[in-house]
Amino acid sequence: MGSGLSWDPAYDVQLMFSYPFMVNAFRAGTIVAVIAATIGWFMVLRAQSFAGHTLAVVGFPGAAAATWLGVATGYGYFGFCVAGALVIAALPQHTGRNASAEQSAVIGTVQAFALACGYLFVSLYKGFLSGMTNLLFGTIVGVTNTEVLVLLASAVPCLGVLIAIGRPLLFASIDPDLARARGVPVRAVGALFLVLLGVAAAGTSQVTGSLLVFALLVAPAATAHKLTSRPSVGIAAAIVFALLATWIGETLAFFTVYPIGFWVTTVSFAGYLSASIWRALADRAGRSPRVSAPASAPAGARS
Amino acid sequence: MTLASQSFAVANPISALADMLAHPFIVHALLAGTAIAIVCGLVGYFVVLRGQVFAGDALGHVAYTGAFAALALGLDLRIGMFAATVGAGLILGLLGGRSIADDVTIGTVFSWVLGLGVFFLAYYTTHDSTSNGAANVNVLFGSIFGISTSDMWAAVAVAAVLAVAILTIARPLLFASVDSAVAGAAGVPVRALGALFLALVGATAAEASQIVGALLLFGLLAAPAAAARRFTPDPWRALWLAALLATASVWAGIVISYVAPALPVSFAIMSVAAALYAMSFLRHTWARPASSPVHGAVM
Repeated sequence: MGSGLSWDPAYDVQLMFSYPFMVNAFRAGTIVAVIAATIGWFMVLRAQSFAGHTLAVVGFPGAAAATWLGVATGYGYFGFCVAGALVIAALPQHTGRNASAEQSAVIGTVQAFALACGYLFVSLYKGFLSGMTNLLFGTIVGVTNTEVLVLLASAVPCLGVLIAIGRPLLFASIDPDLARARGVPVRAVGALFLVLLGVAAAGTSQVTGSLLVFALLVAPAATAHKLTSRPSVGIAAAIVFALLATWIGETLAFFTVYPIGFWVTTVSFAGYLSASIWRALADRAGRSPRVSAPASAPAGARS
Repeated sequence: MTLASQSFAVANPISALADMLAHPFIVHALLAGTAIAIVCGLVGYFVVLRGQVFAGDALGHVAYTGAFAALALGLDLRIGMFAATVGAGLILGLLGGRSIADDVTIGTVFSWVLGLGVFFLAYYTTHDSTSNGAANVNVLFGSIFGISTSDMWAAVAVAAVLAVAILTIARPLLFASVDSAVAGAAGVPVRALGALFLALVGATAAEASQIVGALLLFGLLAAPAAAARRFTPDPWRALWLAALLATASVWAGIVISYVAPALPVSFAIMSVAAALYAMSFLRHTWARPASSPVHGAVM
């Protein structure tokens, strides 16, 4: 927005919240940060971050189509992301970066085609080309009261389901074979989690834009995984990091001319970088027995 | 592009074609598009073979950021694109790509790089009064119909250099991609070759950004090459078939977008490429069981 800072922080905060759109941006950002960090923590544990990225990219044509048809973009994001999650869940394949050459070509083609379709809908809806930047890279303006309610209505059941399946999901993510032997429906739990991931990706897209979801969905969770491997502490830490990134990003986007996409990615990347350096130093000093390695932990995690 | 010429197109395809080729922007698009598509097919074949499609995606992000960093500095956006993508390709290659960093780190880094691109975009549009409002869309989704004569020759010349480069290293690169351990033992400089290849992918990404845009270029790298690999098991045939399919996608996309101007040209190109890839799956299911031996020795 580029309002510029005064010398009085209390006045600045008051000024920022005197704009209803900023109040809504903070409400939406807070809901999204909680859900993205929680789901993201499990996603990083299961090495499914590229599935999350693909789902967010699939949300872009949804949002663009919704705009073209005159519907709120939120419905487009949710519809396409959840549908994409069901498709991925139905495919008996890896979707991670370590997928085979063929599978990564399929994912790459699907992502590029989804983006192309989004571009088609944007150009069919004449005069919306400037709004495309907001869909791709996020915006702090234009979140309506209804959209905040829709976000809340999707986030609460999403968290409820996650709490309900949390324990078997954790078990199935860490050791799928043992979990299966103990009677955990690993495949069904995984599919259900992908749907939750679709909801989280759709919500995150509305804050950071479709292309920058890593900033909220992956980076805070990965930062937490670097610092602790205890689930409860890790999830709480991820939520704190995501809230910080969102609130700092939205505040900086309000007071400078630079957009939220840049600030949120920068804040969360700085956090991830600091945690990685801290982890490397701690490992070198050999004083940390509770090492967490999110990339190598889920040996058998499939999506 | 008028209604009259479109109805004429149905009546007489030959003169409709002559009509279409009478537009200089179509000729420029076809010539530059053909050159770039051939390179995309050749490079894309190795990208798919080596499982590096996501490196193509990442280099697309880098191309976007490089383009707007150059515009913010007042330079030609192609300078920024080529410098950023070739540099990032070399760094990725020298780090060893897959083994060093996990997907979370790579995804987070390149997400931040893209965020930096958004920063340069905002800087460019707020600080430069002569800024070109369409630049964002053009970099993201390409501008093949906006290529000038000099741009076209530049694109063709760069594409020719890249094609010669990839064909020069094709034989050892194929060896190193199929079995890097044996290739290393046989004296192939596997690591240097990998870094050189990613630098070539970077330059190809910068080239392809001009026609399909930074967001879609990895689709043009992946889809024709992956389709070609499904159509033939012979690596050399697949290599050339990939170039052919990429060229066919670009030509068909240009014609579709010319006949139906409501469809953006990069959407049309990407749709044809994705359709070709989808067809390769159908052929695989319908055709005889996959029993054909792998003919054509690797080395």
